[in-house]
Amino acid sequence: MDATIVQAVLSGALIGMIYALIAAGLSLIFGLMEIVNFAHGEFLMLAMFSSFWMWELWRLDPLASLPITAALMFGVGVLTNRLLVMRVLNAPALAQIFATFGLGLFLRASAQYLWTADFRAIQDPFLSRVAGGRIALGRDVFIGVPQLVAAVIAAVAFALLGLLIRRTRLGLALQAVAEDRSTAALMGIPAGRMFDLGWGIAAACVGIAGAVLASFYYIYPSVGVTFALLAYIIVALGGFGSITGALIAGIMVGLVEIVAPLLLGIPPAYKYALVFTLYLLVVLVRPQGLFGRY
Amino acid sequence: MQARPDRASTPLLAVEDLHVSYGGVPALYGLSFEVHAGEVVALVGANGAGKSTTLRAISGLIPPDSGSIRLDDRQLNRMPPHAIAALGIAHVPEGRRIFSRLSVLQNLLLGSYARTARSTEQQTLEEVLTLFPRLRERLHQPAGTLSGGEQQMLAIGRGLMLRPRLLMLDEPSLGLAPLIVEGIFDVVRTLSASGMTILLIEQNVQETLMLAHRAYVLQVGQIVATGAGVDLLQSDLVRRAYLGL
Ligand SMILES: Nc1ncnc2c1ncn2[C@@H]1O[C@H](COP(=O)(O)OP(=O)(O)O)[C@@H](O)[C@H]1O
Ligand SMILES: [Mg+2]
Repeated sequence: MDATIVQAVLSGALIGMIYALIAAGLSLIFGLMEIVNFAHGEFLMLAMFSSFWMWELWRLDPLASLPITAALMFGVGVLTNRLLVMRVLNAPALAQIFATFGLGLFLRASAQYLWTADFRAIQDPFLSRVAGGRIALGRDVFIGVPQLVAAVIAAVAFALLGLLIRRTRLGLALQAVAEDRSTAALMGIPAGRMFDLGWGIAAACVGIAGAVLASFYYIYPSVGVTFALLAYIIVALGGFGSITGALIAGIMVGLVEIVAPLLLGIPPAYKYALVFTLYLLVVLVRPQGLFGRY
Repeated sequence: MQARPDRASTPLLAVEDLHVSYGGVPALYGLSFEVHAGEVVALVGANGAGKSTTLRAISGLIPPDSGSIRLDDRQLNRMPPHAIAALGIAHVPEGRRIFSRLSVLQNLLLGSYARTARSTEQQTLEEVLTLFPRLRERLHQPAGTLSGGEQQMLAIGRGLMLRPRLLMLDEPSLGLAPLIVEGIFDVVRTLSASGMTILLIEQNVQETLMLAHRAYVLQVGQIVATGAGVDLLQSDLVRRAYLGL
């Protein structure tokens, strides 16, 4: 096979893992409360700035500050649920959309005001110095160390999320609340606490994604917009509320975005058009998405 | 008919002058009744009389407008449902409401989610599976694939996993074939014989009044008759006016 194609498949799969982790958070919240978090991209932006400032102020590498960023974002998720989402839980869908959409706008505008619209980057993060920043997998096939480690961390986070949901009592309670919150309450499960937990975990997933992206991606107030758009597509593609669906659809989108332009001889600028085409094709055949229930 | 348990003691559950409404439309108008430890108490009455609403108010799913609900001497009004469950009230809701996407075992383990039930979980599970051998055969199947009767057994079994002080059953025989209904009544009799306190709602009035120690007849949100199950069954007034017998 052509080395460029192999290279593209690898890059696509690696970035796809990160897309999947971002989308998993979105899907978790939707599965739990049937609410779409339209501030998801801004959560990612906050996580990237958290990494940036810890590097800028204390020279903490994004990898070292990852646990802090994840914990901070867990808190952001819980606060968002407590202060905003719980208030619109029984409100019409439109009010719910405006609540999280408004939060997203507010966060983006605040970031611009506080930190300006400048593009920032973390210079020479630890991972870019490991093995010269890239590993040769053959003649003309390289993968970047930051990208590889980012994908591995995303995969580990994904596996932990799966274990938490499928193998623990807390995960069982989350699933029960997702299916029928009032019957879950009769079992002694406090729905409000589970919603806090769901938002916290979802935001922590985005936090981890943001922390690993910070090693090799520009950081600016609207950085989350494209990622969020892709995450919505991935959730719809994988099926609303399905974590496995998010994983597979995330990797699919990563692959289509990078490999398809190459195969079809289309300029990379049109990569999102290809992603949308994939989405439309799947949704025409299976409106509920690949693994969806809704 | 079993001997009536000692009723000199304070009731386990005491409901007094309970008013409940749905969006301003009243459903219960000043309901009062009690359940003593070890009793089977039945609530009977026509569709829409307010039987399910009464159970929902007790388990905290609907906050009452006024009145009091006490377990022992503890006031339950305004407590959230998960806290009421943790006190040992198991509400097996109308329509079963099992978690259909989860397995039979997962449903049962959710029944013992409350901290108080955790330490005895394995032992209770064994007891529940002995009571319902069908559930043991289907332990790892998604609950949604069970038959109606099996789903009802699961709903009751899930309630029992709490090791409840009070078991509330809302129309456990609804929509089931006569043979299965008999099985459900057998289970209620077995539980009662083992000393379980049960608040039972049933459409199957004759059989319910035969097994209940006491019963209350509800009509449009109020209690209109009360007495021992067998006595109510023989009262012409109750038979004609409220039970349609
Ligand atoms: N969710 C609800 N919203 C509005 N009204 C309700 C609701 N549930 C029950 N009701 C009303 O409350 C009254 C009592 O209903 P319910 O407690 O379900 O009766 P029962 O269980 O005795 O058949 C009925 O008039 C019914 O229409
Ligand atoms: Mg009812």
